[in-house]
Amino acid sequence: MNNSRTALMLVGAALFMLGLAFASKPLYDTFCRVTGFGGTTQIADKAPEYVSDREISVRFDANVANAPLKFRATQNALPVQVGAHTLAFYEVTNTSVSDVNVIASYNVTPHKAGRFFNKLECFCFEERIIKAGETKKLPVIFFVDPAIEDERGTDDVRTITLSYTFFNTDEFKGAAKTASLD
Amino acid sequence: MPMDQVATHDDHHDHDHKPGFFARWFFSTNHKDIGTLYLVFALVAGIVGYSLSGLIRWELAEPGIGPLTGIVEMLYGTSGPQAIEQAKSFYNVVITYHGLIMIFFMVMPALIGGFGNWFVPLMIGAPDMAFPRMNNISFWLTVAAFILAVISMLVPGGNGVNGFGGGWVLYPPLSSTAGHAGPSMDLLILSLHTAGIASILGAINFIVTILNMRAPGMTLHKMPLFAWSLLVTAILLLLALPVLAGALTMLLTDRNFGSQFFDPSGGGDPIMFQHLFWFFGHPEVYIMILPAFGLISHIVSTFSKKPIFGYLGMAYAMVAIGAIGFIVWAHHMYTVGMPSDMKAYFVAATMVIAVPTGIKIFSWIATMWGGSIEFSVPMVWAIGFIFLFTVGGVTGVVLANAGIDHALHDTYYVVAHFHYVLSLGAVFGLFAGWYYWFEKMFGIKYNKVVGYAHFWIMFIASNLIFFPQHFLGLNGMPRRYVDYPEAFSLWNSVSSMGYALSMVATLLFFYGLVEAMIRRRKGEANPWGEGATTLEWTLPSPPPFHQFNELPVVKNEGGH
Repeated sequence: MNNSRTALMLVGAALFMLGLAFASKPLYDTFCRVTGFGGTTQIADKAPEYVSDREISVRFDANVANAPLKFRATQNALPVQVGAHTLAFYEVTNTSVSDVNVIASYNVTPHKAGRFFNKLECFCFEERIIKAGETKKLPVIFFVDPAIEDERGTDDVRTITLSYTFFNTDEFKGAAKTASLD
Repeated sequence: MPMDQVATHDDHHDHDHKPGFFARWFFSTNHKDIGTLYLVFALVAGIVGYSLSGLIRWELAEPGIGPLTGIVEMLYGTSGPQAIEQAKSFYNVVITYHGLIMIFFMVMPALIGGFGNWFVPLMIGAPDMAFPRMNNISFWLTVAAFILAVISMLVPGGNGVNGFGGGWVLYPPLSSTAGHAGPSMDLLILSLHTAGIASILGAINFIVTILNMRAPGMTLHKMPLFAWSLLVTAILLLLALPVLAGALTMLLTDRNFGSQFFDPSGGGDPIMFQHLFWFFGHPEVYIMILPAFGLISHIVSTFSKKPIFGYLGMAYAMVAIGAIGFIVWAHHMYTVGMPSDMKAYFVAATMVIAVPTGIKIFSWIATMWGGSIEFSVPMVWAIGFIFLFTVGGVTGVVLANAGIDHALHDTYYVVAHFHYVLSLGAVFGLFAGWYYWFEKMFGIKYNKVVGYAHFWIMFIASNLIFFPQHFLGLNGMPRRYVDYPEAFSLWNSVSSMGYALSMVATLLFFYGLVEAMIRRRKGEANPWGEGATTLEWTLPSPPPFHQFNELPVVKNEGGH
């Protein structure tokens, strides 16, 4: 084989690996969604028909990264029957005098419970505006998939913590870049 | 270069005709000249990287933040608590650039660019590399990348000092605008992109040369092990570096164009950077050690006056190390919170690497076994390499265990481990190659006494530096900190004394080089005798500007 053809094939291999690096972004997201990796929760459109006797305590955690918000869960923890769908509330208050654009990210711990934690309704990954001084009640409807009972290595899951973090999206778009050098 | 000059050059059939100084060294397309340029470049970058490690050991010689405060006061004109705060950030900058410069601008250019360019064509009986001009581009891009890295050290990074201080692994959010808003990180990304392109072009050149330009009769299974090691290294470079380039591009757009690949507020994930980085980073550590594996085989075989034991096993062990190197990356990130099953996989896969590596170590010992061993200067370096690399390999098997790693992650135990395999492994390999091929490359003899003294002082010094770091790590001293509690002071001071001793060794190295250049004792074509069987020893020292105008024909037992 002549040198140029060999070199061209090798350039192709390098470009393929470069493409793979960028493809890893959607692949990684899909991987997390499908496997519940890193405590990624599942999205469901209907509750399961089977409700088991097993009870898991679901705890609720609320965090604010960089927004003038007061954010808390209205209940600390709820006992939840595996398979039963449950309603919980968070409450967020804008403590500043101007509107803020925020977005929430979330996951559950232990991470291995992510695959079994299904949400029917939630306030996640949608940008929303909280008006100055406004208080909003945010519902979450979820259930724990009964499939958790058949899974090896999840018998020790007695507590699942659902955690939300609000980020200020205004600050992200530009303010970070102009932040002072020290 | 003007075209007519090329034409006259081609008309000449005097095969030792060299172009003038400027054309020869700046437009160089000759693999031996480019190899020399790479070696000189690596020496310069090595001095910078080595000086930075000197600052680290100086600062850590005693508890408290001392020497760096003085340097910061000189550099920035500040004083008091502000200078101390800056000294902390400056320490982070120093460790970051020490790592990056040693990896990208010292070990890689020396082993791959230097020895690879010099000896791959000679060993496989080729007149030059496949793409001589691309070879020149690779070298000058590497120089440009180094200059960019140095500039990045001198412009504002973040935390009140110049330069990026987030460690050589460049994890976001430290490398995002949140951690280092200044232009330093952007320049560093540009530098690594440039270095990456240079290395990818170099890798393509090596693969094409080795696949297409071997002398008649030299099948892949008769090819010398150093050429095998460069083939595997080049393939690793070709497959790993584009992934780093991708990750760095994402980082660059995150920093400058509002993308959110690694920003959780936009649905990104900083852990994904770590996966991408180590998918490159783990093969990268094999990229640094494999060429050393290759040349150590030649040295051990030459001075045992025996062919290498288990030639095919040695070649395929390197292939296996390269292949497995791509599927073990997450053992660098056991503590990010991955599931136990995944950790179990990465533990098992990582430990498997000990098998081909063991094949190599035992085959070197088996080569020496029953041989007529001559303890020449390169041979003592090679034996030193085998010993030190094995120590680093053993601590590597310890660290491969996720359970133990949770305790030892980011402690000095890890620092000791990777300096045993790289600073002592790859660098001892480098010096072994230097003393093995010095006479061949430059046509002059070095002073053997200086070579032995360099070895023994360096051997003692580097063990003094790094062995105590195992104790520090086991006692829980974390890496990347400017200061430490009193309890760690004993072994830190021993480590710093080791560094002082290594300066003596380094001075001896340069003394040996200068002495040889002044005395100009004429070198022989083959100073090592019957054990040296590869093709480069059939040529005069230094080899002619253009070699193998008639291709050597390899008969049944050539090559290794």
